[in-house]
Amino acid sequence: MTEHILTQCTVGGAVWAHVKDGVITRIRPIVFDDTDAPSWTIDARGRKFTPARKTSLNPYIVPERTRIYSENRIKYPYKRVDFDPNGERNIRNRGKSDYERISWDEALDIVTAEIKRVREKYGPAAITGSTSSHHNWGLLFYKMGPFGRFWQQLGFSFLQDNPDSWEGWHWGATHAWGYYWKLGHSDNFDMLEEALKYTDQIMYWSVDPHTSAGGYCGQDSVPWRMWCRDLGIKGIFIDPWCNHTAATLGDKWIAPRPGTDTALAEAIAYVWIKEGTYDTWFVENRTLGFDEFKKQILGEKDGTPRTPGWASEICDIPARDITALAREWAAKRTILATGAMTGTAGACREAYATEWARLMVYLISMQGLGKQGVNVWGGAAMGAPLDWTFQMPGYSSGGWDVFSLVAKKGAENKVSQKVYRLLLPETVMNPPVSWIGEGFCGQSLEQQFTRNINPEPGPGGAEIKMYYRHGGSYISTMTDTNRWVRMFQHPNLEFVVMQDCHWQSETRFGDVILPASTNFEQSDISEWAAPGGYGANNTGCAHRVMIYQKKCIEPLWESKPDYDIYCELAKRLGFYDEFTEGNTREDWIRKIFDISSLPKYVTFEDFKKKGYFVVPSPSGDYKRTVSNRWYYEGRVCDTPDPSNPLIGTDKADKMGTYSGKIEFVSQSLLEHFPDDDERPPLARYIPSWEGYDSDIASKYPLQLLTTHVRFSYHTHHDNKSPWLDEIPGNRIIKDGYAWWPVRIHPTDAVSRDIKNGEIVKMYNDRGAVLCIAQITERVRPGTVHSYQAGAKYDPLEPGKPGSIDRGGCVNLLTPSRMVSKNAPGMANNSCLVEIAKWEV
Amino acid sequence: MSKYAMVIDINKCSGCYNCTLACKDEHCGHDYPGYSASQPMTGHFWMRLIERERGKYPKVKVAYTPIPCMQCSDAACIKAATDGAVYRREDGIVIIDPVKAKGQKQIVSACPYRAIYWNEELQLPQKCTFCAHLLDEGWKEPRCVELCPTGAIMFGDMEDKNSQVARTFASGEILHPEYELKDSVVYLNLPKKFIAGTLAYSDTDECAGNVLVTLSSVSQQQTAMTDNFGDFDFEGLADNIEYTVTIEAQGYKTRILKTKTITDVYLGVIKLAR
Repeated sequence: MTEHILTQCTVGGAVWAHVKDGVITRIRPIVFDDTDAPSWTIDARGRKFTPARKTSLNPYIVPERTRIYSENRIKYPYKRVDFDPNGERNIRNRGKSDYERISWDEALDIVTAEIKRVREKYGPAAITGSTSSHHNWGLLFYKMGPFGRFWQQLGFSFLQDNPDSWEGWHWGATHAWGYYWKLGHSDNFDMLEEALKYTDQIMYWSVDPHTSAGGYCGQDSVPWRMWCRDLGIKGIFIDPWCNHTAATLGDKWIAPRPGTDTALAEAIAYVWIKEGTYDTWFVENRTLGFDEFKKQILGEKDGTPRTPGWASEICDIPARDITALAREWAAKRTILATGAMTGTAGACREAYATEWARLMVYLISMQGLGKQGVNVWGGAAMGAPLDWTFQMPGYSSGGWDVFSLVAKKGAENKVSQKVYRLLLPETVMNPPVSWIGEGFCGQSLEQQFTRNINPEPGPGGAEIKMYYRHGGSYISTMTDTNRWVRMFQHPNLEFVVMQDCHWQSETRFGDVILPASTNFEQSDISEWAAPGGYGANNTGCAHRVMIYQKKCIEPLWESKPDYDIYCELAKRLGFYDEFTEGNTREDWIRKIFDISSLPKYVTFEDFKKKGYFVVPSPSGDYKRTVSNRWYYEGRVCDTPDPSNPLIGTDKADKMGTYSGKIEFVSQSLLEHFPDDDERPPLARYIPSWEGYDSDIASKYPLQLLTTHVRFSYHTHHDNKSPWLDEIPGNRIIKDGYAWWPVRIHPTDAVSRDIKNGEIVKMYNDRGAVLCIAQITERVRPGTVHSYQAGAKYDPLEPGKPGSIDRGGCVNLLTPSRMVSKNAPGMANNSCLVEIAKWEV
Repeated sequence: MSKYAMVIDINKCSGCYNCTLACKDEHCGHDYPGYSASQPMTGHFWMRLIERERGKYPKVKVAYTPIPCMQCSDAACIKAATDGAVYRREDGIVIIDPVKAKGQKQIVSACPYRAIYWNEELQLPQKCTFCAHLLDEGWKEPRCVELCPTGAIMFGDMEDKNSQVARTFASGEILHPEYELKDSVVYLNLPKKFIAGTLAYSDTDECAGNVLVTLSSVSQQQTAMTDNFGDFDFEGLADNIEYTVTIEAQGYKTRILKTKTITDVYLGVIKLAR
């Protein structure tokens, strides 16, 4: 009986895996020892703050061994029983037919033959494919490595991801403060020390950082927010749902109706303007177009002054509370805890979310963005004093071929046709389809204005005939996901491959299913929580931890690591040598090690043996570079953000807007969409196209808020561990079935005769989902809350689009209509429903 | 000889359930002969997290209370067991012998904390052991403590006078002192009851900030000033006590309200008239 403790990394923390006799027996945080570099200490207001000497894990990572050995793993290659690639395909039966086990050879031969057939018949552009966000973790072998390199080398229609979790920031805030290189977010360097020392109050506006802080960072930042509270820094939470952070840390909870936050923001500006409590110097010297904004707020443009009374009618918050909120904000040095990579709650994923995000930039600018104690700090979740001179790429550092960081030749996709993720069903079923923008527009503001069409005109374009899915599920994460059910059953889609570790909601729509291994069944290298690229040096971790991700166990059942699957396909398709360049897995890992800063501190052998390396915290002469301070002080940007393209140019002291200033009146929108009344150059409250006062509210009066899930990362953990079914915030077991909760205020429950723990049908014209009622004071009356990304699509009538689902995929109900006509983001939180008792 | 104890600070608990899950990771499917038999995959919560919603919209708080076995000095389970099936080690850890306790269902119902669970398959009462099998191997703390991201669960040796646990134990509260079991687990900042309210001036419809609010019962009196939202919040009140809330704003009529802490109390918006 030998036990090994091996290092691995996950989407929710860096871990030790105990392995005994070839079986993973424990998942633990990595606990640092005395030989690891010391941690930082912050002195603030007479107290010293230092982090725990270990990694922290998100709750859904603790049951990782049950997820790895889950009965929901895809164990073998499968073929749909009634799929015959050379005969009747029975496409209409996707979603209901059973599967038969086949050999790897047979599976790979079918996939290879289909790739060849589709390429020859329609051209390479007829194939598209997509990945998930983090069903696995690893710099090299997660998605941009195997999937990205394979498909780019072969050529396919690249599927552009929408910035799904922070739409409003991306499509809106970029036009107020630039930061397109961070996809709409500010960086957050040194904000922890700044807050602990100089801030009086934190405004948590539509964020739940205990749930979604910092992305991938475990729970490292939870103590930081507690430190702030302990120092007497007030925490004000604005959210229709008393989220997990608010419930334990909130000094004040303000709950506007979903979709009305922008009106609240305008009224705050009204009070500041009327009472002269804003930073006139900053507005005058660092912003553009304030006079127009002032006119709008005072009602000089449209006759509607944005008074607290005006907003009160819309938000359903007493006007006196709005006035008090505005005064509190102006009177205290206040941080706005949104605007960095935590933007995952309601307001940035709704109709006209662009307006809210821009108003957030306006408000913090009116208080002097970057002034001591006044800043944006997303979720109060990032910006520990860490050493950013230490180099380590992330999984997205090489674009869509991470191997290109060290390969002789990076992959180049010869197909220029694109697909837009949110329109994939329409692109398959009803081409041609057009859209604006290029998904993640991190290179320039111009990328948001391009016009795209699929099929692309000319000989290179083709209708989509084949879809290759690499992990995850859009049913339950994208909007109106019955569209995906219809797409999978549409005759245009001739072939579907599902390659994943687990049976996801979409897996059952594949023709061929390929079992992939988790990252615990293969080796890799990474930095904990580091995505690289647009998210470079953007972490909510207390330490920078480099991991040699050691293979813990052999691939389970007949699964294979993704990279190995693509190697097999590349062999069959004749480009294996080009794909691997003769590198073994270990060669690739070694090459990444060599280009990182690790060799300055540790040999490859020692790194591999210990499995991790803690980057030393900056020493005493550490130079602080607080985010946006440079801009406030009119200096060249000094934050260590490698994605800021202006650094080193003559615009290095500018924001990334057209004028280089913070723009109340957006010059980019003025140039490209001057007459857009849904995203006008000057942001303002626009009533939602599916909000509390929409016509359809008489039929569906409840506003459904679907925030990011607390006990799973997207769909990757829910429905894969029985332990998560026992957490009442995730699922509740009734009559042997693990139901997805919907949270209802007592007044709404009573009027519908719904009792706590009853099964209810939540529905609208787009679909119906059965949930278990959780009656709670934590939602405002008229609003119901349920997490998005329940990972169990369980239709009562399998294969029937629109079937009632009892698994909890609430995104079957959300609208496919986008944020606005020229802002192609998703608007999950503009969703009206009715709820009724299901059990009689 | 070590004497193990645990101090749980509710103020540092964010309700993440890592402790519950850590316990399952350690015990589900794992036998530790002499200490504990495998915990069933579902249904047992040797480290249980109680979630309590407090107050009413829009004054709502949530308190989480992690509840392991209290490793009592006067453990009821020891008395209920026959054949010495439950015993207390010299270091204070109470162990249910996974062999001798077979079939002894009365051990489950003996625990007033309901911290003992019945394993139907093994016909065995089971509970938290402070991960004694790990401590005996040299580990410093149980799994739930290691996986707590905020340090809310502190664990240590009372004989080590410098340990955090030894220093804070005396200021902790026993969850149910009325059981008189001499628990080895104590709590800091246990949720009690609150009485809160919001004041507004009826003539101006403004929030009534900086107003004196006095809370009195037969035995005590305390005061608070409302904040700029007009909110007051008296925390840490005892259960089931009658209180009088007196609101005195200069130039406005004094308001006197009576309430009782059966539950947490949010008095809602109280309009002050001249």
